[in-house]
Amino acid sequence: MSATTLGAGLLAPARPAAFWPSGWVAGLAWIGAAAAISLLPDADDLGRTQELATLAAGFGGLVLLAALGSTLSGLAPRLARLREAGPWLIVLAAALLAWELATAKYELLPRPFFAAPQSLLEVFTDDYARLGESVWRSLLLVVPGYALGAVIGFLFGVAMGWSRIVGYWAHPVVRLIGPLPATAWLPIAFFAFASSRGASTFLIALASFFPVTVLTWSGVSAVSKAYYDVARTMGASPWFLVRKVAVPAAMPSVFVGLFMGLGASFSVLVVAEMMGVKAGLGWYMQWAQGWAAYANMYAALLVMAGMCSGAVTLLFRLRDRLLSWQKGLVRW
Amino acid sequence: MVSGVNGARLEVRGVSHAFALEKRSLPVLQDIDFTAEPGEFVALLGPSGCGKSTLLRLVAGLEPPTEGQLLVDGAEITGTHPSRTIMFQDPTLFPWRTVRGNAQLGPEARGTLAADGPRIEEALRLVGLAGFASAYPHQLSGGMAQRASLARSLVNEPKILMLDEPLGKLDSLTRLAMQRELVALWERERFTALLVTHDVEEALLLADRVLVLSDRPARIRADIRVETPRPRRRDDAGLVALREEILALLGLAEAA
Ligand SMILES: Nc1ncnc2c1ncn2[C@@H]1O[C@H](COP(=O)(O)OP(=O)(O)OP(=O)(O)O)[C@@H](O)[C@H]1O
Ligand SMILES: [Mg+2]
Repeated sequence: MSATTLGAGLLAPARPAAFWPSGWVAGLAWIGAAAAISLLPDADDLGRTQELATLAAGFGGLVLLAALGSTLSGLAPRLARLREAGPWLIVLAAALLAWELATAKYELLPRPFFAAPQSLLEVFTDDYARLGESVWRSLLLVVPGYALGAVIGFLFGVAMGWSRIVGYWAHPVVRLIGPLPATAWLPIAFFAFASSRGASTFLIALASFFPVTVLTWSGVSAVSKAYYDVARTMGASPWFLVRKVAVPAAMPSVFVGLFMGLGASFSVLVVAEMMGVKAGLGWYMQWAQGWAAYANMYAALLVMAGMCSGAVTLLFRLRDRLLSWQKGLVRW
Repeated sequence: MVSGVNGARLEVRGVSHAFALEKRSLPVLQDIDFTAEPGEFVALLGPSGCGKSTLLRLVAGLEPPTEGQLLVDGAEITGTHPSRTIMFQDPTLFPWRTVRGNAQLGPEARGTLAADGPRIEEALRLVGLAGFASAYPHQLSGGMAQRASLARSLVNEPKILMLDEPLGKLDSLTRLAMQRELVALWERERFTALLVTHDVEEALLLADRVLVLSDRPARIRADIRVETPRPRRRDDAGLVALREEILALLGLAEAA
């Protein structure tokens, strides 16, 4: 991961107004890939080949413009972030070209399991309504479920860490039930809840509940006694000790729990949508696979990756903001 | 010049304290008996690990003594009270709060933040951290953290202020300046001060009275009055003589 292990020239810290060699190479690579997509004949009858070429060429043109812009001192500082992406842009152009050649042009990989890039593009241009609807339905399921589990888990974890009695009774239960994957409750949940929506929300909440509870609890238990002593000598009430000492001190640990819970929630979401809920991205993938519409499946996978990554990014932003007092936070 | 005395009388009556370890009990304080008059400045001197910090914890009410009684203005200490604050040996600043956030901890806990605002700024200025009010503890040096911790104690207008090696991490120049500030502060506010220190000279420069403690379990080996008027000079003949006496008590007499 460290920048120094890669080509020092490519990743040298961006200085304002300078030649951006990887930018020029990347722009030309994208235009080259576009030319290959457009000019080489498809082995089979595929739609959206020219549109894909246009997109690739347009993107290459933008990169070239940026490369030109970074030689102008006025624009250079704004392009500094982009300059770091130069090597990635080159590799992506090469990957697109390789993918295109191996599928659409020469059919080196078995069809239809390996879909061509233009087929994915076709899914986005032709089926965007259904995809968008699926994203929306997935979000409607995962956001309330995750939030519910996280809030209850947080409160429960604080109570467990703070109160000996709650800890005494809750600890064995959490220890026994917690490590059980939330998906194991699937049959029971779909039986116990009238609607599949209720069952899925419950399961997603359960999935985020456990890690948030455990990490909040351990965070609160690990708070140094010295902090409480300081606050107590200044007249702090027990409520103040919980709110202003225990909780803020435990926050770094709580965020680890929130992060783990997010992953668990997504995994339950997909399973629930494939098993019972007839909507959402998980269902879309299942449905596409049933029709051997692999391009749709990959497109949904890509959208799902964007959704999960976006959620994690949001969580990390929130953490960076709330925990700015910590030094050396990992960047996402 | 001496304004009204704000401090409380502290009576320590036959206090012994032991910590329960796994198998045995560790006696730390033994028959500690003394009275600090309101506004008196008492220094506690003793070898490392003898129980000085423990004694302060008892006075703060963080722990009850195993034996004996502690009284403030005649009333037994049963718990913590903001009129008795400690500046702890470790600064123990809350890392998630800025320097100002740490300094306002007491007023915030008691719900008097609005009224105490100017006091907080004054305390920060007094310890020379006005310019660092919005810095986080991890951005401070060790000495700055100690000064922030001092500000946090001062804000509470204590009747008894306990200082557990408050100047331990400061360089010798800042230390001199802070000693002067401490005396000025005490002369102005006249709280009762309990100062734990390793530094014999510091005890003699600041205190009205020096209690010399023995090795663990700590007993009071000597109760020495320092009559020299303030401002004191460290080369004052009386202080130098006292210094020799105390060093001898601690078994560290300089070969004369
Ligand atoms: N919570 C505790 N549990 C068990 N033993 C303790 C506890 N706190 C302190 N002690 C023991 O009590 C003794 C006195 O500790 P204390 O912190 O009062 O020493 P001190 O005089 O302040 O030393 P120093 O000058 O090094 O700060 C030590 O031997 C220590 O190990
Ligand atoms: Mg100590």
